[in-house]
Amino acid sequence: MKKSPKIALIGNPNAGKSSLFNSLTGLRQKTGNFPGVTMDKLIGKWNLETGTEAEILDLPGIYSIYPKSVDEQVVINILANPQHPDYPDMAIVVADASNLKRNLLLFSQVRDLGIPTVLALNMIDVAENSGIVINSFKLAKELNVEVAEVNAKKGIGLNGLRLAVNKTLEQRFNSNDSLPVEYSPELIDEIKEQYGDTDDYHALLWLSEHDNLKQFNTEQRVGFDKLQEKYGWNSQKFQAQETVSRYAVLNEIVDGCLHQIPVEDEPVKTWTDRLDKVFLHQFWGYFVFLGILFVMFQAVFTWAAYPQDLIDNGVAWLNQYLKDTLPESQLVNLLTDGLIAGIGGVVVFVPQIVFLFLFISLLEETGYMSRVMFIMDKLMRRFGLNGKSVVPLISGVACAVPAIMSTRSIGSWKDRLITIMVTPLMSCSARLPIYTVLIALVVPEKSTLFGIFSLQGVALFGLYLLGFGMAILSAWILKVLLKAKERSYFIMELPSYKGPRFKHIMISLLNSTKAFVFEAGKIIVAISIVLWVMASYGPGNAMQEAEQKVKTENPTLTGADLENKIAAQKLESSYAGHFGKVLEPAIKPLGYDWKIGIALLTSFAAREVFVGTMSTIYSLGGEVDDENTTVMNRMRAEINPETGKPMYDAALGFSLMIFYAFAMQCMSTLATTYRETKSWRYPAIQLVYMTTLAYLSAFIVYQLLK
Amino acid sequence: MRTVADLKIGEKGVIVSFSDELLSLKLLEMGCLPGTQVTMTHIAPFGDPIAVKVSGYVLSMRKDEASTIVVA
Ligand SMILES: Nc1nc2c(ncn2[C@@H]2O[C@H](COP(=O)(O)OP(=O)(O)OP(=O)(O)O)[C@@H](O)[C@H]2O)c(=O)[nH]1
Ligand SMILES: [Mg+2]
Repeated sequence: MKKSPKIALIGNPNAGKSSLFNSLTGLRQKTGNFPGVTMDKLIGKWNLETGTEAEILDLPGIYSIYPKSVDEQVVINILANPQHPDYPDMAIVVADASNLKRNLLLFSQVRDLGIPTVLALNMIDVAENSGIVINSFKLAKELNVEVAEVNAKKGIGLNGLRLAVNKTLEQRFNSNDSLPVEYSPELIDEIKEQYGDTDDYHALLWLSEHDNLKQFNTEQRVGFDKLQEKYGWNSQKFQAQETVSRYAVLNEIVDGCLHQIPVEDEPVKTWTDRLDKVFLHQFWGYFVFLGILFVMFQAVFTWAAYPQDLIDNGVAWLNQYLKDTLPESQLVNLLTDGLIAGIGGVVVFVPQIVFLFLFISLLEETGYMSRVMFIMDKLMRRFGLNGKSVVPLISGVACAVPAIMSTRSIGSWKDRLITIMVTPLMSCSARLPIYTVLIALVVPEKSTLFGIFSLQGVALFGLYLLGFGMAILSAWILKVLLKAKERSYFIMELPSYKGPRFKHIMISLLNSTKAFVFEAGKIIVAISIVLWVMASYGPGNAMQEAEQKVKTENPTLTGADLENKIAAQKLESSYAGHFGKVLEPAIKPLGYDWKIGIALLTSFAAREVFVGTMSTIYSLGGEVDDENTTVMNRMRAEINPETGKPMYDAALGFSLMIFYAFAMQCMSTLATTYRETKSWRYPAIQLVYMTTLAYLSAFIVYQLLK
Repeated sequence: MRTVADLKIGEKGVIVSFSDELLSLKLLEMGCLPGTQVTMTHIAPFGDPIAVKVSGYVLSMRKDEASTIVVA
């Protein structure tokens, strides 16, 4: 036996491959109860027996070996090419037992490709709930394959699976006697002659899918076209015939191994049927969806407030404590005003982000997400999108990067491109801190709408709606511009509802929060240090001059007041101050001063830096007494030198919120767009379009509210 | 010709044939085979898309896709 066999997990979308992968390898691949969660391959290790580790490959789901979208293409590129580095020594076909026949179609195809295969029967609990009992011994005999019953989610039956895998690896049997469909042997011979010896089914797969297979170059593809012409080959017809005859064979096998109680005509009323009566209802469907979203934003704002206050005060206390105890030096200032202020600015928002992620993962894990796709399809289509665009748009609320990747399951390129282009307009979690700070500054805390909803929560909801509205409006414009008449379809399984697993949700929450804090944390630490240096030093002896200037202009000032004036003047004379000043004329029409200009500059590549920059700038810029220790308090105390009124009034607050809602300040998103569209054109358009949109909208808002 | 798109909620039909070759492959793979029974289960707000029960699971599709499936 080979030392480390490669085993691919293959199966229909939503059959439980990633759950099984997690149970086998102990890793945490993302799962979710809707078709099309996994978008790329992932490799992990599984102990087969002492001394033998198998490499397990988790893949996107496929319904057949004839792909219909980009994520499915990944799998076929591997399976069609025995020379591929990921070509498996063996396959575990994960089948959803509650939907056996359809899942076995793929199984029979994979086996005919000559890959030694084990069948893992998953979701047996779901099958039993709808009255289906499967005789897996008989099934194994009929299909001539090792069958293992598992529960991928709970990790039950893994030993049986291990046994089946070991047995199959030893036998290396391949029961590929004859394909259940007719084809011309001469054609096969010609293919083998030109493209290398292989089994018949691979040859046929190459012939019908050659245009999409990475392994062939243009010349080889032309060769296939010629063969097709010579033999009057019609891939469509062949694949349809093959599918029908495979089902004919499977029908008999499955009917003999499956017991359904009671009979078809009076199916068991499952929970899914009952829930869907409401969730997919013509009127209540939307009502429920909007209700869920609304609760989500209320929760993000109000429930998270308590832990946030604790963290906020804790950070302020730590900062003050360090300043009081450590000897005064530049290094201590860097630590407190630079690093801790910057990081604290982000850590404070962890509770909100946790709530946001919690809601999104509940939507995904329960199966409600595919219901949203269903009720939104018609609406989305009008704007050039697709019901499946709902997943990227909703997960875009967490982060645009995975959201853009999740568009791979959208079959039509035009729908997919439009979705990619507009997803960054959805307000991601990095915008949440910015919104929160600004809303707290300009929306009164105690006021409510209709006496129950906190007005701050409503404002936040409004900002998210605005992002969504702009996303679909832009989609509509793109639809008109692109004018592509490509066909898109919406043939999709609606999986049964499944209870989320508490432990699972907690782990995935922990992971995504950790990722957010560390990813954002790294950038913020780096930029905070640079910013602190830039803001603490100035060209030539500008800093000394600044101090001198304040002293001569205000000869009567002493003590803390003098210190603050000097600090403010120093910041203005620093390098950072200079950059801000350069930018000021351009952003003045939006109501921004040079301090905000600095924040715009630092957050250009990553918007999460904004709040951190604000705290650094305002802690360097003086006015630090005991009450003004948090960013929000410092910003609230800021006075507009021209009007003498508070700087952060409604006009400026909303202008900034709108700016950050629309601006494309995220390098990672641009890089992802580039990767997914394989062209610089689309990220460039995104950057220019969104920045312009942000500037103009912020301008209009400021001028109207001023 | 009656198609799946003409079914009312709760109504059943048996698939006879497909009128769109391109779509038919996808539908076949999803278990919509000639001779199989389909039951209309849900119609989305604004009448589109629809969901049917076929081969023991719920499958959603758009109305114009449903109208390529001829039923008896
Ligand atoms: N009740 C039950 N649920 C399961 C079982 N196995 C997996 N699930 C759930 O089924 C859903 C789909 O699981 P995934 O592992 O994401 O499925 P997948 O095959 O990787 O799906 P794609 O990546 O979309 O192809 C998740 O909500 C799982 O929690 C099982 O044996 N029983
Ligand atoms: Mg998966």
